[in-house]
Amino acid sequence: MTPVPTPGQTVGPFFHYALPYDGDTELVPRGAAGAVRLHGTVRDGAGAPVPDAILELWQADAAGEVVQQAGSLHRDGWTFTGFGRSATDAAGRYGFTTLSPGAVPGGSAPFFAITVFARGLLHRLFTRAYLPGASDAFLDGLDTERRSTLLAVADESGFRFDVRLQGEDETVFLDFGDE
Amino acid sequence: MADSMTGLQPQDAIDTEMQVISESYAAGDGVETQPRRDYAPYRSSRLRHPTKDLQQADPEGIELWAPVFGARDVGELESDLTIQKGGEPVGERMVVTGRVLDGEGRPVRHQLVEVWQANAGGRYIHQRDQHPAALDPHFTGMGRCLTDADGTYRFTTIKPGPYPWKNHHNAWRPAHIHFSLFGTDFTQRLVTQMYFPGDPLFDRDPIYQSIVDPRARERLVAAYDHDVTQHEWATGYRWDIVLTGSHRTPVEQDTAEEAHA
Repeated sequence: MTPVPTPGQTVGPFFHYALPYDGDTELVPRGAAGAVRLHGTVRDGAGAPVPDAILELWQADAAGEVVQQAGSLHRDGWTFTGFGRSATDAAGRYGFTTLSPGAVPGGSAPFFAITVFARGLLHRLFTRAYLPGASDAFLDGLDTERRSTLLAVADESGFRFDVRLQGEDETVFLDFGDE
Repeated sequence: MADSMTGLQPQDAIDTEMQVISESYAAGDGVETQPRRDYAPYRSSRLRHPTKDLQQADPEGIELWAPVFGARDVGELESDLTIQKGGEPVGERMVVTGRVLDGEGRPVRHQLVEVWQANAGGRYIHQRDQHPAALDPHFTGMGRCLTDADGTYRFTTIKPGPYPWKNHHNAWRPAHIHFSLFGTDFTQRLVTQMYFPGDPLFDRDPIYQSIVDPRARERLVAAYDHDVTQHEWATGYRWDIVLTGSHRTPVEQDTAEEAHA
């Protein structure tokens, strides 16, 4: 018999001394060749910043390869592991220093895979931050307005990707058939 | 009516809301296995749940894989929460162990498990927890380990206490340990809470009750296990965790397991 999945629960308000770690937001050192910022603000249904969310980033490297290397929790300064975490600050902002994910085979647009956790959010949410102007079969299948919530916006430091948990400009969150 | 001192609603009002939802669920014929993100009795959820349907998507590329963690990420001693601060923490020493399985019942091998919890008095070492219970100088309440080749994790810790929160007047969380889990795919990522058998606060807690199916929420309750209990040392609890299924093909799965061997 297939086992039934264990339910999720909110990350709560007290994760800050457990989940964040030194170097969690720096997938590459600041100033490294090709380093970009991926950053944004998490907002709730009233448009207020969410100061107790934590985002996880999981992504391919600059060549579009999936990396299977340990070391995300204790970075050695040169191995790109593709994983990071960023708790939001008092203004609801998160930010990573990372590489732009490279093109992947098969014609799909590359993206940053993102998991959102927060106090008040009872079960994690998945989304994707695509590079500005991205287009592929998945994106083209979405309403134009909804699609725009998955597209990062280029800025002076790299990419801005805001997350709206609820409301008119609510981010597109994903169900991989497991919900 | 809201409490005149705190301005918060009474437990009875929350209980009534939860009861209505529970009865409505029981009257239907659906089976839910996860919490509802839209669960008004948990007040903080009201502005923090999506109101639009989640977008169906086939996992692709990076989503078919999970980050890898290894010995360089997690020290051997990080799974013992009773030895981190140079002295014995106060409280009931306990061992909690179990297996992490994927949706097909296969062990999730050599993968990261993280835990965090309040101390025996129900106090977190967090600046936002300022309720009048003692901090324990010998307890931080966070730990990590990697599952073994059988998917087994094991922590030594102190049984956490229940604690008050401000969802409503006289709101108390049942004692719990937060768990963070990874599978072999990005899509299996799970953060949840483990509870203890027979907690009198279950029926009054909107976070636990947000899992509206009674059998589903019981999956978060550990079992006391006398075989895990250690003579003159620690009580023992067992709790297995099942993630959603892997979306990778068997060939890719085998390759990943060989890479870890």
